[in-house]
Amino acid sequence: MSGSAVSPERLSYLSLLREVEDLYYGEADLLDERRYEPWLELFTDDAVYWMPMRKNVPWEERDRDITAEEDIAWMHDDKPTLTKRVQQLMTGIHWAEEPLSRVSHLITNIRIADSVHVLADGEAMRVKCRFFVYRNRLETETDLLVGRREDTLRRVAGALKIARRKIIIEQSVLMAKNLTVFL
Amino acid sequence: MRSLNGSARALVDRTAGEISREIYVNADIYREEQERVFARAWLYVGHESQVAKPGDFLVSKMGEESVILTRDREGKLHVFLNSCRHRGMKVCRYDDGNTRAFTCPYHAWTYELDGRLIGVQDYENSYRPPFDRAEWGLVEVAQLANVRGTIWATWDRNAPSFDDYLGDMKFALDLGLRPWDGGDGETEVLGSIQKWIVPCNWKFIAENFAGDVLHVVSHRSVDMVGIGPTKGPGRRDHYGRALLGAYPGGHGVTYGVTPPVKQRSDYADSPETAAYFQACWEKRVARLGDKAGIVPIVGTVFPNTSFHMQQPRTILVSHPRGACECEMWRIYLVDKTAPEAVKRFLRAYYIRYSGPAGMTEQDDMENWNYASSASRGTIARQYPYHYKSGLGSEDGRSGLIPGFVTDRHTSEQNPRALYRRWAEYMDADDWGALMAADGR
Repeated sequence: MSGSAVSPERLSYLSLLREVEDLYYGEADLLDERRYEPWLELFTDDAVYWMPMRKNVPWEERDRDITAEEDIAWMHDDKPTLTKRVQQLMTGIHWAEEPLSRVSHLITNIRIADSVHVLADGEAMRVKCRFFVYRNRLETETDLLVGRREDTLRRVAGALKIARRKIIIEQSVLMAKNLTVFL
Repeated sequence: MRSLNGSARALVDRTAGEISREIYVNADIYREEQERVFARAWLYVGHESQVAKPGDFLVSKMGEESVILTRDREGKLHVFLNSCRHRGMKVCRYDDGNTRAFTCPYHAWTYELDGRLIGVQDYENSYRPPFDRAEWGLVEVAQLANVRGTIWATWDRNAPSFDDYLGDMKFALDLGLRPWDGGDGETEVLGSIQKWIVPCNWKFIAENFAGDVLHVVSHRSVDMVGIGPTKGPGRRDHYGRALLGAYPGGHGVTYGVTPPVKQRSDYADSPETAAYFQACWEKRVARLGDKAGIVPIVGTVFPNTSFHMQQPRTILVSHPRGACECEMWRIYLVDKTAPEAVKRFLRAYYIRYSGPAGMTEQDDMENWNYASSASRGTIARQYPYHYKSGLGSEDGRSGLIPGFVTDRHTSEQNPRALYRRWAEYMDADDWGALMAADGR
């Protein structure tokens, strides 16, 4: 090491990474504070929100331990459907979340998966992270949802937006009775 | 030992329409029904489209047991207990796939696709005299049946044929499992199976789909926001007039009846899907005439296989896992020859409706969960559940639909029929007694 200052590329990469972290931590707060309508605004209008299932398969077939895009999934929503889910939560008679569950999203292991250090308007990049989501409802009902996210983030009018989200839960038989929490 | 001592009927008072909470929460009753219901009844295993080629297999469940549905080299279907005859290890721990044989990972006993034991370590030297491997194949179900691609099995060789087991319920399965055009083409399973744990007794799910129109309030939130397939509020296609059909075998169906000449107006969110279903509908009317407008919307084949046979079109099994826990499986069906665009639309619609993230089903799980847990207490158990809606109208008949049919669609006749049959299973020692009880 020459001892010189961090390169401009490195600085802009770190700045971009911080921007991603701000997006994700802000998103976690919106969800856990039940501010669902601003949460929807984090997604592009053409966003895809996909939660495939997991399967037990032989080593040689390990690529299909995550169900394919054309397969049945836990969720496979466009933005209008995500919006419907938010509207349902806000009816006050959606019994699965009435009264509301207590939820904390922990987001970690954030990595920009493409070799980019700046993202111009209209450009997209892939970002990976892990989530640990704690859900507790009524008295002692508790779900721990742990897994990976693979997002495509696109810059739209200066802001980072989620254009595609793939959510990989590390369970085959889902041990939660329902999935009413956004991941 | 029998905890009920032949008194299950006392827990199910069908005249008064009162059913003891014990049958939903009592661990002894749960253990006994594994023997008296699940070891004897016909159970859904899988669909032939999931094992289309020789060597294809699907690991499924029958009650608490893990089973393998497989197609052998001659194309014949088999259902085996997924447990090695040597030390009990699961011989297959994959969900599905294709294989030449099942080799146990514990001591390498190896079974042919037809269940024969073909490989035992050091067979020639270690067993003097050699044991007869023909007697140590995988345990196979006693009977297997195929109804329009759906595969059913029973462990009980004395059980009646699946046709006799269904009785007039065959009408609903035959109609509902046809392609939407009413012909003899194939339906197929659309992709993988959703599997998830629900903390409730399996019977909550069975009775819900047998016929419980009263629980529509559970789904008001999804109806308000509207999830298609037609624009605006609501969650499913039009079904017209609702009729309930109950069957002596404990089965129940909620039918929808629309005039067969009606132009369908569904699927406005997807013009391709609307066009497909309209074309199918016209063929259906030409083929089935007056019966074209009859659709088994939801139903349950006793004990634990339920279905939606409109859209979404799915099979649902509530596998028992304990008095207050079950494992739900959703298997989605589609017309095999439907265009890809239609399958894509239906897939998205199916899973925003059903499954653990389904905007309709989510609320059911909450209700079943806390109905179960709030019924476990010593005091709670003293008060039976109330199944009195439509009491006295059990003997209705219809010219259109076989079975005991009522147009009082809020009647609880179908759950009453399911529990009456459940009690008969719990009390009857053999199929002779069960079939003698099979009636009124």
